[in-house]
Amino acid sequence: MTTQHTTGHTSGISGAEIRLEEVVKRYPGQKTAAVESLSLTIPAGEIVMFVGPSGCGKTTSLKMINRLIEPTSGTILIDGEDVRKSSADELRRKIGYVIQGGSLFPHMTVAKNIAIVPKMLGWDASRVKGRVDDLLDLVGLDPSRYRDRYPRELSGGQQQRVGVARGLAADPPVILMDEPFGAVDPITRQRLQDELLSIQRELRKTIVCVTHDIDEAIKLGDRIVILREGGHIAQYDTPEVVLASPADDFVSDFVGSGSTLKQLSLARVNEVDLRETVTARIGEPTADAVQRAEAAGERSVIVLDDRDRPRGWPWLRQLKGDRIVEPTEDLVTVDERSTLNDALDTMLTSSHGAAVVTGDRDRYIGIVTFDTVTDHMRLLEDRAVEDRAHEQAAGERA
Amino acid sequence: MWDFIRERQDQLLYNAFQHFSLVMQAVLVASVLAVLLAVVIVRYSWLQGLANALSAIGLTIPALALVGVMLALTGIQPISAFVAVAFYALLPVLRNAVVGLQGVDPTLVESARGMGMSPLAVLWRVRLPLAWPVIHAGVRTSTQMAMGIAAIAAYILGPGLGGYIFTGLAQIGGANAVNYALVATLGIVLVALVADVLLLLLGRLTISKGIRA
Repeated sequence: MTTQHTTGHTSGISGAEIRLEEVVKRYPGQKTAAVESLSLTIPAGEIVMFVGPSGCGKTTSLKMINRLIEPTSGTILIDGEDVRKSSADELRRKIGYVIQGGSLFPHMTVAKNIAIVPKMLGWDASRVKGRVDDLLDLVGLDPSRYRDRYPRELSGGQQQRVGVARGLAADPPVILMDEPFGAVDPITRQRLQDELLSIQRELRKTIVCVTHDIDEAIKLGDRIVILREGGHIAQYDTPEVVLASPADDFVSDFVGSGSTLKQLSLARVNEVDLRETVTARIGEPTADAVQRAEAAGERSVIVLDDRDRPRGWPWLRQLKGDRIVEPTEDLVTVDERSTLNDALDTMLTSSHGAAVVTGDRDRYIGIVTFDTVTDHMRLLEDRAVEDRAHEQAAGERA
Repeated sequence: MWDFIRERQDQLLYNAFQHFSLVMQAVLVASVLAVLLAVVIVRYSWLQGLANALSAIGLTIPALALVGVMLALTGIQPISAFVAVAFYALLPVLRNAVVGLQGVDPTLVESARGMGMSPLAVLWRVRLPLAWPVIHAGVRTSTQMAMGIAAIAAYILGPGLGGYIFTGLAQIGGANAVNYALVATLGIVLVALVADVLLLLLGRLTISKGIRA
């Protein structure tokens, strides 16, 4: 099967389809099966989220794909090929594996951690080195600064980024993630999720990700598998459908009330109208920037670096010196594929009452404000009222 | 005492080196064996209790008694001394190696397996390097202990400085009795210090900067 290559050329998908056919996992000495006949097709190039309460078999199901757990019966096919065809070690070198906290080897440098799989695959040294630098760049870490550091010299979020880079190292078509962002604080988590979406937009891998956090599943997933005990699929659909029409009480309980606020997790930032504001570039004369801002009636400017990445959002009075210098603040941005929910979070921590929106490779796109979000909420509410009216009308007719 | 040393300078140096060499060789062999044993013990959890009990008992056997047993087994020759020293040297390394290997985070091992490392590669590239600081500490303890044991092993013609101590003890009250015992003891302390410095250097070179305390 060469679908991977053919589709790779036509639509940029580098992922491969995964099929689980009546997969069963039974542990000896246990009455009920951990996973009882799971059948599922994961389309190439999509992110599919496994969610469910603990003990629902989501991690077991994930680990059966790379044979860390061997199924009792059933078949798993990746790109049409049975995973049991090659040895478990060979199989795993072709599947990225990212787990909580990044799970970096503390005795190896960042570069060595990332290089593990490429080296096992026999890549030559210069190719490995180039790949490591590319990947560090991709996950937003400056290679010259971070390549030779040890994991303990990195923050939790940075470690997790390296973990993702390591999972991508040998350019595998399939990546498995087990609670990848479970060990970091909410702001970092949101940022890492945004970055993953941005990376995925470029790479189009098949990503299977386990989480217990329904909000994370809604945000990251092209599709969500909601599992109940024994690995039974309660619902397998897009986040929109899962939220709008839960299959049963189990799902609606798990998803939580379909309030307007939850709906904000469905709307992406790129679906609402972004505002433009004044930007300045590091190194340009401060007076020019101030003049532009005042002409536009703004009291602040967004400072971009030479790669259009927003670095800071100073007020005009904070701009000192002849030229714009690199801001020292740690600007929290939102990816254009972030949910409005995340954008709202970010706005709440910003003194500007708005959030800076970025696209591919963290490039600046615009800003999203409270007004935009409240407008959107009003729209959602109106729509819900209309829907109810329709239903009532339909009910009366019946 | 100074004259005593000056007169026997070459001989003392030679014996100090012999002492050092006996201990280092015994510790090396013992460490390799101990780590291999530890790998097996950690793999089969039911062996752990047994191993702990045996090493605790092993350390209670008086060195002189063991030397006596060796005498019965292999006779009076340097190899008996070597085996006795190695036996004692093995125990602290074994204990530390078991603790060190058990201390490796299971998620790291699973992560390594998940990336397609073979069990042997996981052992060599992940588990042993991570356990190494603890094992290394065990090797240092064991070397210090072995210095003393090697002195006693001189009783069955082991090489090294122990012979002087026995000579001194045999002619107690004699002219140079105290000198023999004292010079040999100080010599052993010196050799032990040198060995420890060398092991510290080895640690510096072999323990990854990422996990150094």
